[in-house]
Amino acid sequence: MSITVKCIIDGAPAALTTTPGQTLLDALRDNGHLAVKRGCEQGTCGSCVVLVDGVPLYACLLFAAGMEGRDVTTGAALDRPGVGEKPHPIIAAFVEEAGVQCGYCVPGMALSTQVLLAENPSPTEQEARRALDGHLCRCTGYVKQIKAVLRAAELLKEG
Amino acid sequence: MSEKKPTLGDTKVVAHSELKVDAVALATGRPVYTDDMQLPGTLIARVLWSPHAHARIKRIDTSKARELPGVACVVTHEDVPRVMKTTGGQGYPEPSPYDTPMLDNKVRYVGDRVAAVAAESLEIADRALGLIEVEYELLEPMFDIRAADGEGAPVIHDEPDAKAIIPVPYFPEKNVAAEVDMAIGDVDAALADSDLVIEHETETQYGQHCPIEPHVTLCYIDDDDRLVIRSSTQVPFHVRRIVAQALEIPVRKIRVIKPRIGGGFGAKQEVLEDLVALLCLRTRKPVKHEYTRSEEFVSTRTRHPSVVSVKAGFAKDGSMNALAMRSRLNTGAYGSHALTVLCNCGAKTLPLYHCDNITFDGDSVYTNLPVGGAYRGYGGTQAAFTLEVVMDDAARQLGIDPVALRKQLHIQEGESSPVFRALGEGTEGVDQSIGSCGLDACLDQGAAAIGWAEKYGHGDKTGRYRRGMGMCALMQGSSIPEIDMASASLKMNDDGSFNLLVGATDLGTGSDTVMAQIAAEALGTDLEQILVFSSDTDLTPFDVGAYASSTTYLSGEAVRRTALKVRDQIAGVAASMMGVPVEEVTLGEARAVGGGKEKTYEDIARYALYVKDQFQIGCIDSAISHVSPPPFSAHFVEAEVDTRTGKVSLIKYVSAVDCGTAINPKLAEGQIEGAVVNGIGYAMTEEMVFSNKGRCLNPSLRYYKIPGPTDLPELVTILVPTYEPSGPYGAKSVSEICINGPLPAISNAIFDATGARLLHSPFTAEKVWRAINS
Repeated sequence: MSITVKCIIDGAPAALTTTPGQTLLDALRDNGHLAVKRGCEQGTCGSCVVLVDGVPLYACLLFAAGMEGRDVTTGAALDRPGVGEKPHPIIAAFVEEAGVQCGYCVPGMALSTQVLLAENPSPTEQEARRALDGHLCRCTGYVKQIKAVLRAAELLKEG
Repeated sequence: MSEKKPTLGDTKVVAHSELKVDAVALATGRPVYTDDMQLPGTLIARVLWSPHAHARIKRIDTSKARELPGVACVVTHEDVPRVMKTTGGQGYPEPSPYDTPMLDNKVRYVGDRVAAVAAESLEIADRALGLIEVEYELLEPMFDIRAADGEGAPVIHDEPDAKAIIPVPYFPEKNVAAEVDMAIGDVDAALADSDLVIEHETETQYGQHCPIEPHVTLCYIDDDDRLVIRSSTQVPFHVRRIVAQALEIPVRKIRVIKPRIGGGFGAKQEVLEDLVALLCLRTRKPVKHEYTRSEEFVSTRTRHPSVVSVKAGFAKDGSMNALAMRSRLNTGAYGSHALTVLCNCGAKTLPLYHCDNITFDGDSVYTNLPVGGAYRGYGGTQAAFTLEVVMDDAARQLGIDPVALRKQLHIQEGESSPVFRALGEGTEGVDQSIGSCGLDACLDQGAAAIGWAEKYGHGDKTGRYRRGMGMCALMQGSSIPEIDMASASLKMNDDGSFNLLVGATDLGTGSDTVMAQIAAEALGTDLEQILVFSSDTDLTPFDVGAYASSTTYLSGEAVRRTALKVRDQIAGVAASMMGVPVEEVTLGEARAVGGGKEKTYEDIARYALYVKDQFQIGCIDSAISHVSPPPFSAHFVEAEVDTRTGKVSLIKYVSAVDCGTAINPKLAEGQIEGAVVNGIGYAMTEEMVFSNKGRCLNPSLRYYKIPGPTDLPELVTILVPTYEPSGPYGAKSVSEICINGPLPAISNAIFDATGARLLHSPFTAEKVWRAINS
């Protein structure tokens, strides 16, 4: 049985075609929102993290049917495609600091970074580290990603 | 007269931390991975996995599954050709035994393949799996690495057609998948003459790579009736060859495309694409197969568990008289990489120290547990643990500082080791002398960064919380000499930019960027002028793939050679344009200068394409290596042990690495940090646990604990530049070596803190507590 869920996705009104038991992760991907990655489907790895009304959550642990009227943000919201367009400061920071290796975990981490920096524009190293807790990365050892969060704070202040 | 030592000199692009060329697309979640391509009408493949560790399939009935609406295809061993092959993605002829048909009438571990289904949805495919009726004849299982080759043990590969295809020891009737035996000098006599003999036996556990993107493959038939395999693989060319072998179709009928990959670490050096490819051929529809996380743990590949012993004899002055290593690996149900990981236990450790009398022997045994495979470190991880705890004890008992003992004994530039010739990857090795070694500097700078001189031997060893210092020295290799081959193709475009096509496989390492940097440097242009494309068997030239620490060193050398030839062509065109002899033309900063004239690369490209004696500036070239220069590293750790609970907290971890020239220093640091953290996980928490029936009890990232951002000590990474004469711009490998450090370094730190010697990983609180209280 197919249902349609009306919500906001990455700032635009959207009609998500889904089924009652489908996870938000599967529904987003089936509807072409591919910045949400599948890593474990067990609410552990964090590669499917999206913001629901501004709160970072594991999309694999949510039902798509529960998103009616909600505001869902994926990592694609930080994309500024187009020739000559400068990347979003958070993306620029991850790239500059070499926080992107295979990159599979980064769209989710970038969203958690955005939430942290909205609440706390000048985080400490420990606060940056804690903001990424809940995201697993097997490539980087996190050193450069934590630096990326701190660098993003600087870039956002520079405007 | 000694030759002048080569150095890197001034470089414009190489040895600079250029931004990773694909990073923005990855970071913003653009649809670049295997599963991000969605074709309408794609069928979903699911596999029925064995619930038994060892059983024969007496009867299998798929009729109900086939009748379920939405099911397109069901296959069992009765429906597929029986082709013996290996899943190990290695060069041909593979050193791993041919013991793995696509599907078999026997299952050899919980998680082995039984049947496969392609259906219109995941739900239908799963329901169909439940409708397959299988009658098993249960066989006695074997789970014990020490008893697997014992008298009366059940024979796991009793099929008559399992075989080795190169002349190597292979005794499936004894559950022995591989054997090695090497002797240099007279170890027994040298041990008898030694003032001090130290012996330890270590045991390591089942571990899994845990790439955050699981294995995923999409197959479809293209308009020319060819099979296209889009897959998360480290070895696209081996996938093409081995899938063609399994399906009994010509290689030319297959195209393998590797898009962006969400990590591999060796797990994706395994060719598991055969089944989904078969379902695609049978249905002629696109078919996708994605492993769930629990399947990723159990039914892909793992690190070979090991029992390794080292017995070493020393003279009072610290010199090493004898070194005897014995290694037993558990290869699980199939012999993938069983021989080569075994050989590397010795090959990537024993040459590190001066010693005239060395033996190395061992074997890899079959058991009814998950399959071993390639995993970053590749035997070096298991054996460096043993050797470096032996070195630690030797230093203590000789009264020599552990750092000083390594300095005294380690191999130096210009020296060789008989082990290089005696031990290769499955066969004899290749003689080589060390072209570059920065291990002394690694030891000095690492020791300074952790405060070794102030802290080692000075901690308070009486309270509940005790701090200790541990260290180790490491080596690895760079590519498999005389075996691995890489190639590159380069052409110049109208605007002076270049398309660089490489077979080299970027699985998240940044190798596309590294290749582009090498091309830009050799061509005398900017990185942004290089458009790099990798790993498509129709479009890019051959490369063995991303393994054996070969990409920067070997694929990078192929790129450098290709680019230098193209550079000559550019100079030739510029010379005729400017009317000067080619010897008077100099290239750099995307322009040619000569005879007081100047032409940009854009001018030159346009001239060559449109004006006179037109031709495509470009070429293709390859590289092999006659040597495998080791990178070197020294690791240092400070740890605190809670003696009441056994809990170990790491305070600080320092790794100093000589990888020759770091082509991209930040990316090289990323390789080091990722490897160290993976190694820390393996040393401290990561362990696949099995029931007494062979079922993995924790196939989940929740219960198999890999490090997260808040689990780690302060990490310090030090690059120690050297210049490797055989490598592109002086580069050696960097990707694997550092995963080998945490096991011995942390064991040594726990010993320093408590006097308890941890020899069985992971070092859980319970094990540490027991060791302290025994």
